[in-house]
Amino acid sequence: MTEEIPAGCARPTGGPTGEKPVEEVVLEKSEIKEEKIMIRVGRKAPDFTAPGYQKGKFINASLSDYLGKWVVLCFYPGDFTFV
Amino acid sequence: MSVSIDSIFVHKMWDDNELSKMVEQGIPFPMLSDGGGRVGKIYGIYDEDAGVETRGRFIIDPDGIIQGYEVLTPPVGRNVMETFRQIQAFQPVRKSKGTQATPSGWKPGKMTLKPGPDLVGKVCDIWKPSMAFE
Repeated sequence: MTEEIPAGCARPTGGPTGEKPVEEVVLEKSEIKEEKIMIRVGRKAPDFTAPGYQKGKFINASLSDYLGKWVVLCFYPGDFTFV
Repeated sequence: MSVSIDSIFVHKMWDDNELSKMVEQGIPFPMLSDGGGRVGKIYGIYDEDAGVETRGRFIIDPDGIIQGYEVLTPPVGRNVMETFRQIQAFQPVRKSKGTQATPSGWKPGKMTLKPGPDLVGKVCDIWKPSMAFE
């Protein structure tokens, strides 16, 4: 049944319901990755490229485009959130 | 620059319809799209369960080095002035090549400290706790 959800800052997500799908247990070497902590103060910020919107234009921007400038990189839960 | 999981089209609509009413001429910096949270994951701030980025804020210097970061859960907003203050406090340190330090509560115009043997045990002579709250 559908139900109304309260509007909050975290955005609700969906997912599979009902019976759990059978999980295939296949461990390949490539899947056993050690997660490295890449973020530490005093260390290089990992570079990335992402599509974006800026002043009326759709762009592709990389962090490394801003070498030579101070950068504030801000993540947030979603557009049209309230905070 | 800002990053969320929203598409570039949603960024445009948000800027056109709401943000440009709060900021004259709209948002000047790039609003980036990180569907799937791949960028958020390498920065350690992507919330897999909710499928969104948390409020992570990173200060990156002109050499691309992370000088500071802060992460908040979604319902509480950041203090933008504190971010500016931190950048202003990092700048004289960088200019002096690390020979100057900016103590707690430092703002432009306030005294910097010169770390070294002469300062050991003497901070109390030149710096008062009240200066952290000014």
